[in-house]
Amino acid sequence: MHNKSLTQLAADLVAKRVSSVELTQHFLNRIEQQEILNAFITVDPGFSLAQAREADQRIQQGDKTALTGIPIAHKDIFCTKGMLTTCGSHILSNFVSPYDATVIDRLNQNGAVILGKTNMDEFAMGSSNETSHYGAVKNPWDHTTVPGGSSGGSAAAVAARIAPAATGTDTGGSIRQPAAFCGVTGFKPSYGQVSRFGMVAFASSLDQGGPIARSAEDAALLLNVIAGFDARDSTSVQRQTPDFVNEIGGDIEGLRIGLPVQFFGEGLDSDVEGIVREALREYEKLGATLIDIDLPNSALCVPCYYVLAPSEASSNLARYDGVRYGYRASGYSDLIDMYMKTRAEGFGDEVKRRIMIGTYALSAGYYDAYYLKAQKLRRLIAQDFAHAFERCDVIMGPTTPTTAFAIGAKTDDPIAMYLNDIYTISVNLAGLPGISIPAGLDNTGKPVGLQIIGQYFDDARVLNVAHRFQMTTDWHQRAPSRVQP
Amino acid sequence: MILDHQTVTNIARLARLHIDESDIDRYASELSRILDFVEQMNRVDTEGVTPLAHPQEGGLRVRDDIVTETNQRESFQKVAPEKEAGLYLVPKVIE
Repeated sequence: MHNKSLTQLAADLVAKRVSSVELTQHFLNRIEQQEILNAFITVDPGFSLAQAREADQRIQQGDKTALTGIPIAHKDIFCTKGMLTTCGSHILSNFVSPYDATVIDRLNQNGAVILGKTNMDEFAMGSSNETSHYGAVKNPWDHTTVPGGSSGGSAAAVAARIAPAATGTDTGGSIRQPAAFCGVTGFKPSYGQVSRFGMVAFASSLDQGGPIARSAEDAALLLNVIAGFDARDSTSVQRQTPDFVNEIGGDIEGLRIGLPVQFFGEGLDSDVEGIVREALREYEKLGATLIDIDLPNSALCVPCYYVLAPSEASSNLARYDGVRYGYRASGYSDLIDMYMKTRAEGFGDEVKRRIMIGTYALSAGYYDAYYLKAQKLRRLIAQDFAHAFERCDVIMGPTTPTTAFAIGAKTDDPIAMYLNDIYTISVNLAGLPGISIPAGLDNTGKPVGLQIIGQYFDDARVLNVAHRFQMTTDWHQRAPSRVQP
Repeated sequence: MILDHQTVTNIARLARLHIDESDIDRYASELSRILDFVEQMNRVDTEGVTPLAHPQEGGLRVRDDIVTETNQRESFQKVAPEKEAGLYLVPKVIE
């Protein structure tokens, strides 16, 4: 049951081969069996099963949509009414949101079941899931390695078949990088495609929610429900949302694939490169042509990002003051001391580092040298993409320079950790859609991700291009050896 | 090192983060390394480039100035650390 696609599960539900309660219970059992992964922060069987019973009634009455009765796991960054939303942080360890995020609201309206809230790097700041207050997540392919981050719990849950699909968010690679490390499909939509309402803010000009699933087709199904205009998010884009499921399936004869020379240079693991090149040959067989392109400023996307994202974060995280919600320190002398101790005790090391960097970059006398400089560079990076897309339809390359690394290997070196996102960050800076799909296994048996980047709001094409590859290969169907069929 | 002891103390105060005196030097060195790293940005000449704040350049949508939300004081205050009579409580700020 846990190896079936969302489409198959929906068909089983309609044909009454299984009920939503049985399906939900099956996955709840699997979560318990694989507790060692630490993929979830909150699981509430009573809550999930009550939703499943409602879904069964809807199916009984013929009032169903594509996802009615299907359990979906949510990154613990999406506010859920009546269930904890911690964002991986101690400061929100007691926070029960009074409202649902739009993403949750839409899935609820469609009768999907909330399976639980997945583990993540604290406030989505990390690339390994090790900054979570609730402990590291293990990669289901190799328990000694990280699942990637920040949506590490979601990617691990989908890979281990303890959730049929999940949501994630991506600020600099946080959907695509863990999807690559865990051998699943992770899609970051164009900025403005999915509402950010009720999604705890990290860097507001970069954050975007999206699906983590076992195939591009499943991702399209989930995206169909969560995408679309939302008046409650001022950055939500008002345009016709396509039916992403209908849009996949078309052939890609004549597709022009741009290969950035900068994505195949120094720092790229040779195994990863070989597997990505093999995937590109597969695309050639499908009728696509490969073109070398230049993204001259892409090496500077990491420094640019590590000014902009912490700057936005330092402003966004100013709201955690121990007054209106969340954790408050117990001993303090006055109001300022209460703020300072609450934040010191409530935030972990990486979050504090980023708040400090952002505060410095925005402070009087340094603003031009850091924040403004980075914004100028951001334009050059976005322009590089615009120029490249004059010659190609999509851009491809590796999602990450290496496969999953050992737990603890980079925790003492923030910059080494930041460089994990060297191929993903520029996509967020430009606001483009990007997907990571499984393309093979390295010589130690760990998954390798192929990244596909599209033009702004060309999300349907990106999903289709990913889907075509999955029609003729089976890398996306590979499961970690511990997962029983 | 870009940041000295005093600068770290100032940033921490601006950011409302309490840092133990014994940790300040560690912060100074960690943050300086990150700032050193981001200085690579200066390799590119950005003279005359218009800053890009956001992927949506057309500006953000504004809504009509009308009330669209109902008052949910009770449900919002339910999660507050300390409150009384519908008010949030903080340490005394005026003597």
